[in-house]
Amino acid sequence: MTEPRHASDASAATPDVRADTSDAGLDAHLVVERGTFRLDVALRVAPGEVVALLGPNGAGKTTALRALAGLTPLTGGRLRLDGTALERTPPESRPVGVVFQDYLLFPHLTALDNVAFGPRCQGASKAEARAQAAEWLGRLGLAEHVGAKPRRLSGGQAQRVALARALATRPRLLLLDEPLAALDARTRLEVRAQLRRHLAEFEAVAVLVTHDPLDAMVLADRLVVVEDGRVVQEGAPSDIARRPRTDYIAQLVGLNLYRGEADGHAVQLDAGPSITTTEALRGPVFVAFPPSSVTLYRERPTGVSARNLWACEVAGLETHGDQIRADLTGELPLAADLTTVAAAELDLHPGAAVWAAVKATQTHAYPV
Amino acid sequence: MTFPVDKSGAAPDTLRGGPRRRRVRTGEGAGGRGVPLPLLVPALLGLAFLIVPLIALLVRAPWRSLPDLLTSAEVWQALRLSLVCATAATAVSLVIGVPLAWLLARVEFPGRGLVRALVTLPLVLPPVVGGVALLMALGRNGIVGKWLDSSFGVTLPFTTTGVVIAEAFVAMPFLVISVEGTLRAADPRYEEAAATLGASRFTAFRRVTLPLIAPGIAAGAVLAWARALGEFGATITFAGNFPGRTQTMPLAVYLALQSDPEAAIALSLVLLAVSVAVLAGLRDRWMTAG
Repeated sequence: MTEPRHASDASAATPDVRADTSDAGLDAHLVVERGTFRLDVALRVAPGEVVALLGPNGAGKTTALRALAGLTPLTGGRLRLDGTALERTPPESRPVGVVFQDYLLFPHLTALDNVAFGPRCQGASKAEARAQAAEWLGRLGLAEHVGAKPRRLSGGQAQRVALARALATRPRLLLLDEPLAALDARTRLEVRAQLRRHLAEFEAVAVLVTHDPLDAMVLADRLVVVEDGRVVQEGAPSDIARRPRTDYIAQLVGLNLYRGEADGHAVQLDAGPSITTTEALRGPVFVAFPPSSVTLYRERPTGVSARNLWACEVAGLETHGDQIRADLTGELPLAADLTTVAAAELDLHPGAAVWAAVKATQTHAYPV
Repeated sequence: MTFPVDKSGAAPDTLRGGPRRRRVRTGEGAGGRGVPLPLLVPALLGLAFLIVPLIALLVRAPWRSLPDLLTSAEVWQALRLSLVCATAATAVSLVIGVPLAWLLARVEFPGRGLVRALVTLPLVLPPVVGGVALLMALGRNGIVGKWLDSSFGVTLPFTTTGVVIAEAFVAMPFLVISVEGTLRAADPRYEEAAATLGASRFTAFRRVTLPLIAPGIAAGAVLAWARALGEFGATITFAGNFPGRTQTMPLAVYLALQSDPEAAIALSLVLLAVSVAVLAGLRDRWMTAG
């Protein structure tokens, strides 16, 4: 297997692409209309690339995944995989493998027979299918568990059996629905790292769906953020983390995000006040800064170099790990992180009046 | 079984017909939730109503001559015919009833509610009416039977096959309803998972759904078998009452009652024993449900 982590050169690095490489990979425009809900998502993924559909619950991510697998019919758009139109192909005839959120391992079959199920359906003899299944399970470090029924597997093991089962059909498109959601925090860390390794080895198209930004950023080369059935932003994880374009993404990556009109270093925010930024821009921009860059004062500070200073009021406080996240309203609604000690010293409580300051160097402005 | 009993004695001083609500209290420390007499009395009456006839059957059983009665050729003939026909009717119900249950549970089609109602109809239809209906359909002059007779020389009424058909007609709805319920409770996403692995709908049914709903199918089959074993009305109407050919146990019991009541009791005991065995077999599934 190759090491096709980079989207740009993936098609060149993939060994078994067809002669016409421009067709290789996934080229989809998924339109599913159901009642008042409309999913309209365009998706192009090169072989070897891992793309994460990230979005809040109900955004249509799972519908998109089901449409790719053929489990939910498209009401419009197109779906081409390696140059072949798949819109009318039933799920059993699509070269697609799916790892379901709760794995859906067949409870009456052993791990080995679960994985052998796909090859059997593709016409392999029982012995042949089992040999292939044993190989896949071995590759995923499950050689000792071939004879186990799903209920005797741990969450992490079940997840790998589900991955082996999906890979055993040699799909050209691998779909993963919330692959880590069913795991507890401890196993999650470990399984996430393993899954990243396995996905990196996978030479065809992989699309995963998650609402967890960390899963998305660790596992995927590129994020496609879906809100309300539409793509609101897409790009490399680092880019999206630095330059969120919607409140949802900003909250996900833990940033304060504002829209405004830039005139040099000064940005007049739609929310009211203006803010001074490092970048000098013109026209409509986003301005983002992390809650940890906000400093709070009970008295109006004197001799503070921060030129971004706003009178606010504490609306709420919540513990965030070993930090306190203060939710502020007032001149500029924002989130501020501070240590428990600092919160105690400032005598913060809901309703308390505070001054919030952010250094211009901590802010980041980018065009809309 | 235990019943809350008034331990305070007969309480003759209770105001009869008085305005106060009379309650039978449960034993000491039982939480003080009494069972009202207007419920307890009919409940006990209902219990007696169901149990006393069975006890009577046991009390009046000719235990001494029982071995002779049960080993007589007629009894064995009827019992064997009953077991064979009930099993065959169950097999027929499985082969065509399980796919029908799947269709009702998994495929959306117009008029599905109506079809389900039609499938359930034999459950409430008087079996004699079922027998008459079968005659109209499969009898020598029936709408299908006429054609079977002229084209293949096949006649179904008053044959052992006719017994199987009559029993299957009455028993299959039990199986269909039971299996359909199990299918509805089973997660259809397993079938989707099978589809993404390349399984056709039929393969998914055979290799995934069927094993998953096996307990429901078994329960439905036992229920259908028990119903077929006791089938009387449709059988005697459609298949008649020929010893060795169409005379099943229930028919033999009815006939014996007119000539030889002791034999009827003996035959009834056999059917009672079979029923108890069936119930015992289903114990884990249903009797613990409460």
